[in-house]
Amino acid sequence: MSDPGIKCVVWDLDNTIWDGVLLEDVTVRLKPRIPEILEALDRRGILHSIASRNDYDHAMAKLREFGIAEYFLYPEIGWDAKSIAVDRIKQNINIGYDTLLFVDDQPFERDEVASTHSEVWCLDSRHYLDLLDHPRLQPKYVSRDSALRRRMYLDDIARDKERKEFVGPKESFLRQLDIVFEITEAEESDLVRAEELTYRTNQLNATGEKYTVESLDALRQDGRHKILICELTDKYGSYGKIGLALLELSPESWKLKLLLFSCRVLSTGVGTVLLTYLRHAAREKGVRLLADFRDTGRNRMMRAAYMVAGFTEKEHGNDGTVLLENDLTHTPPMPDYLKTVSNVDWRRG
Amino acid sequence: MRAKIRSVIENNLNVFDSDVEFSDDDNIFRKGFVDSLFAVQLLDYLEQEFRIKISSQDLNIDNFYSVNRIISFVEEKRRQDGGTSA
Repeated sequence: MSDPGIKCVVWDLDNTIWDGVLLEDVTVRLKPRIPEILEALDRRGILHSIASRNDYDHAMAKLREFGIAEYFLYPEIGWDAKSIAVDRIKQNINIGYDTLLFVDDQPFERDEVASTHSEVWCLDSRHYLDLLDHPRLQPKYVSRDSALRRRMYLDDIARDKERKEFVGPKESFLRQLDIVFEITEAEESDLVRAEELTYRTNQLNATGEKYTVESLDALRQDGRHKILICELTDKYGSYGKIGLALLELSPESWKLKLLLFSCRVLSTGVGTVLLTYLRHAAREKGVRLLADFRDTGRNRMMRAAYMVAGFTEKEHGNDGTVLLENDLTHTPPMPDYLKTVSNVDWRRG
Repeated sequence: MRAKIRSVIENNLNVFDSDVEFSDDDNIFRKGFVDSLFAVQLLDYLEQEFRIKISSQDLNIDNFYSVNRIISFVEEKRRQDGGTSA
């Protein structure tokens, strides 16, 4: 299996982003082409963060002076071990270790990170000029959502800040976010994003299947499938297109061949909302609701989502696929802490 | 075991206001807002704390929807595994 694409670059500062050591020399100078590299990767949807041993305020002021501070999400500037900094960044962004790249000029720091997180790619910063051409930093798909990724994480930070300050039950917190969850049938223009989702969301993919734009387009038009795409918006802005479901339709049953969500929307519970929505639709139509699940070692969350939504195991396939079925008898009402909007026409197909 | 399981639910399931009581038979998944994030945390916790292995076949909401259901499930699981008591 090839190495997964990098989703976030974690940069050291002294002698990596700039020449010199800030604590010893306030006149440090940016290394050549740093702003250009940050910007180009940002546009590809690759995020940036920082793991640096420095005084936080001092280093941030310097980054602002250079006009590059806004590129860095969840910067870890302080005196902790870099493995701990990388850990926190990974938790905050909610991505796998194997999608992180750590760039540092000091072998000690790279070894320290590598010794704790063997999956993190640790790179000597003298190779930073080659980053733009490295295959792991060339995402196969750059959709509108990728270019906006940093913006969306910044909205997340604002949400999270409010969540921490909010005292009270989770549902009341969610309620005041004015969440709108939109479920639509994928159009041709959604397919690049749909394909991107199947390649990016490893932890939240119920079967681990990946689909290309061409295969999705063929399924979309064969009359036996529906591709649903989900978008989430709240008072802070749009999360973009964050969920995908592929349904195989027959007169007797609907089968979820694929269900996936972006890890960014985990805490909003929309996975369960989509499944509840489908349970109502299937019940109304009078068809059985089935789902394929395959344990990829990383997607227990999706199995739990199916469980919470009342799916149980029916049979085990030879290829490791498990067929789940929903009994549809105790379908709860749609939750009212968010507004669900859908234009899907279930009479057709 | 009962106290441990209750406290995990109380601490992680923010849906309950601090003054709201829930009984050991209440359906925690239906009573309030429970997402798969909590469910997966609960599964991980039960496996670690009570040294059981929860298989894909066990993932039926009937096993986990109340404190009493969880306790019976864990006890049954330990019997099957001949596991040591924690």
